[in-house]
Amino acid sequence: MSIFINEKTPVLIQGLTGRMGSFHAQEMIEYGTNVVAGVTPGKGGTTHLGKPVFNTVKEAVAATGAEASIIFVPPAYAADGIMEAAESRIKYCVSITDGIPTHDMIRVKRYLFARAKPEDRMILTGPNCAGTISPGKAMLGIMPGHIYMQGNVGLIGRSGTLGYEAASQMKELGIGISTGVGIGGDPINGSSFVEILKHFEEDDETEAVLIIGEIGGPQEAAAAEYFQKHMSKPMAAYIAGLTAPPGRLMGHAGAIVNTSGESAAEKVEILQDAGVMVAPTPSDMGTTMAKLLKVK
Amino acid sequence: MDIHEYQAKKLLAEYGVPVPKGGVAHSATGAIYQANELGGDKWIVKAQLHSGARGKAGGVKLCTSQRDIAKFCDKLLGNNLVTHQTGPAGKMVSSIYVEEASDISKELYFSIVLDRAIQKVTLIASTEGGMDIEKVAEETPDKISKITIDPAVGMQPFQARQLVFTLNLPNSAIAAASRAVMKCYRAFRDTDANLLEINPMILTTDNKILAIDAKMSFDANALFRRPEIFEFRDKTQEDPRETNAAEHDLNYVGLDGNIGCLINGAGLAMATMDMIQHAGGEPANFLDIGGGASAERVATSIELVLSDDNVEAILINIFAGINRCDWVAQGIVDLLNKRDIDIPLVVRLSGTNVEKGQKILKDSGKKVTTADTLSDAAHKVVAAWKQATGK
Repeated sequence: MSIFINEKTPVLIQGLTGRMGSFHAQEMIEYGTNVVAGVTPGKGGTTHLGKPVFNTVKEAVAATGAEASIIFVPPAYAADGIMEAAESRIKYCVSITDGIPTHDMIRVKRYLFARAKPEDRMILTGPNCAGTISPGKAMLGIMPGHIYMQGNVGLIGRSGTLGYEAASQMKELGIGISTGVGIGGDPINGSSFVEILKHFEEDDETEAVLIIGEIGGPQEAAAAEYFQKHMSKPMAAYIAGLTAPPGRLMGHAGAIVNTSGESAAEKVEILQDAGVMVAPTPSDMGTTMAKLLKVK
Repeated sequence: MDIHEYQAKKLLAEYGVPVPKGGVAHSATGAIYQANELGGDKWIVKAQLHSGARGKAGGVKLCTSQRDIAKFCDKLLGNNLVTHQTGPAGKMVSSIYVEEASDISKELYFSIVLDRAIQKVTLIASTEGGMDIEKVAEETPDKISKITIDPAVGMQPFQARQLVFTLNLPNSAIAAASRAVMKCYRAFRDTDANLLEINPMILTTDNKILAIDAKMSFDANALFRRPEIFEFRDKTQEDPRETNAAEHDLNYVGLDGNIGCLINGAGLAMATMDMIQHAGGEPANFLDIGGGASAERVATSIELVLSDDNVEAILINIFAGINRCDWVAQGIVDLLNKRDIDIPLVVRLSGTNVEKGQKILKDSGKKVTTADTLSDAAHKVVAAWKQATGK
């Protein structure tokens, strides 16, 4: 098993006919992802990359049975696209878009929460992420698929390229990944570390988890607490930004130290106190996981 | 994006939040003119820069004569003021705000923030105005009240009352305080703000509510739909390196070290900085060149890193996903064909088209040190920097 997506999951691409959407759709199809349709308002009835295009997500879901969606829609309209996916009963949605206004994301979260019971609620990962990959099965994202080896480690990261770094370090050591999930670098994430950890904890194929955090926000501390209280599987972590000055936005809209508990040093301490094995440097993510798997 | 106090007050006043009368000036003459326009015989004169804690740093003064005002302006205008929030270089005082002085009976704290834990807008108020609110929260958490806003319906008047009734105000001030809070919320909501802080909000001796200080910050991702807020941008408050980078749509943060870095992705950029420090060096900057970087963009980015005189070695670390290692390598070679770089240059390429990229670098015959891993790259650049500078 993997989580969220596998080789059978029927996938819809919102923004399929755009430049970004086309390019990455092609890559996803080549990787083996079961892409069944695209949505571009005004282009319904046409075909793109051999896939039918629909005007609305609702029509696409009705016609193709799509269960997962990936959104390549510009920032001003992305929140709308996410809510459209949720309204159309998409189960799993990845939003790649970088730059969605925070106030829009607050509304999106409220909408997701209000419109369905927890068990029926659409799971959103991102925005501002590289996507999700179940190596060897399906890719719902913009990552270079070949650096991910199939295996039993669950990977969750706020940063896309740092996730690539971790995947390739692990591959180098012969460690594979069950599913790699990018949760994104924004202050409001569709899903937090904790929400993804729950799925890895329940996934038979996942033996251990690596989380990649960074400065800003309370998510890593929440993950530490969840690990301590609810997880039977071992967990490793790396936190980026030990050298980042406080009060400065470091690229990601969510990477800023505003209050106590948000610096990298504090997060490392919180995770270590909870029994998480923390990689001392970014080049030790793979070796730390190797050590964790051996200890287990 | 941050704005000045006088801009925040102007914006809040438009929403009906009570603020003292005042005027902005860019010279001593202008400041005296504003004081005369206000009338009276005492004024609060405030240095305008993007920082809190200005009072402690000597940036706020109660003046009782024109000479006082002139002296204050001559000392501060156009010079950098160092507060404990600005860093050692300080920030330039770009203008002076002259305000009528108020008679204070009570100082309160009020702010609106985005609470990332619950992912909702939260209003915070306290009877401990004028203090460092983090300290109050730590030492006397019972003196802080919070209200969370349901984004589906927005703030309701009862919530404003709930908050205001915790502030021990006289009954005659409750309605005005509740209105001020509601109006602050509307200003926050309508402008895509991510912070509004009024510290202090005061009760005057004649029981009026007034915002004595005002700090606002806005979501940069929403500026496309808030052109009136973007107009408030003041480039004198920015690091010129960062202004230059922003013009090229690059994400740059200037730091104090000597090793310039150029990376794709914010997380990997932070991690690379950490790795440089671990290897015994100090990063000169954070620079995320983003996805899909063309050869031209890479060359522009290197020029940008080089424009910082403190840079004595460069590390380029690219893990290509959307990017292509061959484009990055071509950008480096193009620049080296155009100009010499007489400081060590270490390049680590990984991911999409890595072989092609490495071949371009090798075939160019240029003096570029290549590295295979992040750790290797950081150690090589620090070693080369030490060798080149003798540090």
